[in-house]
Amino acid sequence: MLDFLSKPLAVAGRGTIGALGSVGRAWTLFAGSAGAMRHVDIWGPHLFPQMARVGVASVPIALFIATFTGIVMSLQASYTLTGTIPLYFVGTLVGKTMILELGPVLTGLTLAGRVGASISAELGTMRVTEQVDALETLAYDPLAYLVVPRVLAGILMFPIVVLLAVAIGIVSGWFTALQLLDMSTPEFVKGLRLFFEPWDVWFAVIKAVSFGAVVTGVGCFYGLQTERGAEGVGKSATQAVVVGSMIILCLDAFWAVILL
Amino acid sequence: MSIRLTEVRKGFGTKEVLRGFTLGVEDGETAAIVGPSGSGKSVLLKHLVGLLRPDSGAVVVDDHSVPELSRDDLARLRRRIGYVFQFAALFDSMTITENVGMGLRRLPGWDRGRTAARVLECLGLVDLDGLGGRYPAELSGGQRKRAGLARAIAASPKYLLYDEPTTGLDPVTTSVIDGLILRMRDELGVTGLVVTHDMTSAFRVADRITLLHEGKARFTGTPAEVRTARDDVLRGFVEGDPGLYYGLHGGQQNGP
Repeated sequence: MLDFLSKPLAVAGRGTIGALGSVGRAWTLFAGSAGAMRHVDIWGPHLFPQMARVGVASVPIALFIATFTGIVMSLQASYTLTGTIPLYFVGTLVGKTMILELGPVLTGLTLAGRVGASISAELGTMRVTEQVDALETLAYDPLAYLVVPRVLAGILMFPIVVLLAVAIGIVSGWFTALQLLDMSTPEFVKGLRLFFEPWDVWFAVIKAVSFGAVVTGVGCFYGLQTERGAEGVGKSATQAVVVGSMIILCLDAFWAVILL
Repeated sequence: MSIRLTEVRKGFGTKEVLRGFTLGVEDGETAAIVGPSGSGKSVLLKHLVGLLRPDSGAVVVDDHSVPELSRDDLARLRRRIGYVFQFAALFDSMTITENVGMGLRRLPGWDRGRTAARVLECLGLVDLDGLGGRYPAELSGGQRKRAGLARAIAASPKYLLYDEPTTGLDPVTTSVIDGLILRMRDELGVTGLVVTHDMTSAFRVADRITLLHEGKARFTGTPAEVRTARDDVLRGFVEGDPGLYYGLHGGQQNGP
């Protein structure tokens, strides 16, 4: 008789239990990884290779996106400001937007796809082929061996990649202003310096650090949760990208509320 | 008793896989647990190295209650246990030499030279001389199983756990792997526990055989006792007769 009520309630209940379970597992992974940091002998040798994979290998795609973002920002700023506000504000808009928002967020979202999916697929494959179990039977802590070096690499390398992306975005905006908007370098630089605050750069770095931790941590989480073969690996990689991207956008708003 | 499982119960969701399984393995003995695919044999083995925790019951290895060990104590116990995985579970980004040496790297007193010498020795024991530089993907199924065995014995464990060591192998390679299991017992003196659904292999390597049926130890005996047992379920499994195994020919007998 109350079927129309009980079914939605059951679905909601299962969803809530599932979500709470995920939070619990994520907390277990976080706490376990924090404890595993004492095994420097396990994760230490893997840190630099992971920094190369997570950071150095991500530079080309991050710079590619930043270059075109800088060009578009410059042109759109000019389109918006022409006839109302002095054109040197193009430099202000490009600089502020690249440093505060587009540099960190676009790079974060890009790396959520590139790095998050890669980590999740790699660890997921290791999970379903029992390589993670094999690590444990050989007395290795999988969190120290697999999670800690990847998350540390994300925390250390994301800020570097983001700052490079910001720099390239501004340079490409400046170049566009020179070539297509008939602006001079002094004009662009005047606008760029007008509202510049050194704190803006720290703001970008703080966001990048948090994005690095989230992208790599979420990738590890879904990778280690993988079940049921190739299909499970694909599902984990997708979840890592989707959830990583969502958390990045939430964190973006969070930092804006807290720090600005 | 080196390995002792008492009334072990384990479920996943609503499905209870182990329903009070009890088994003991003596020092230096090789025991086999047989049963059809999906009966919980691998689940059982994973309890012994702490990869799974029982819902209830006791899991004791080397006088240690495995579920109650701290992470560090569990790591110490695992150094005394070699685990041969069903599909070898070799690290595919590493060479065979690196795979075999993996467990030795963290042991105190094992420098590069000593590790390299031990890896060569282990590869020789499983007849994989000269293949240490290859990656797992470049080996055949039988070679991968042997590499997995070499990795498991590298740290000279007191116990060896074999998860379906001959599954998917041709009869000749199966015989080679069985010979290696016997060699581990006779030459290295390890206590072995083999889970398999291959009765030919179980008869060849085991001192005692236990049938895992419906989550419990249905029958335990020597290979000779298993061959002459009158238990219909056991006979059905040994002879590959679904009618006997599933009780389609009438009532079942309990016990030998």
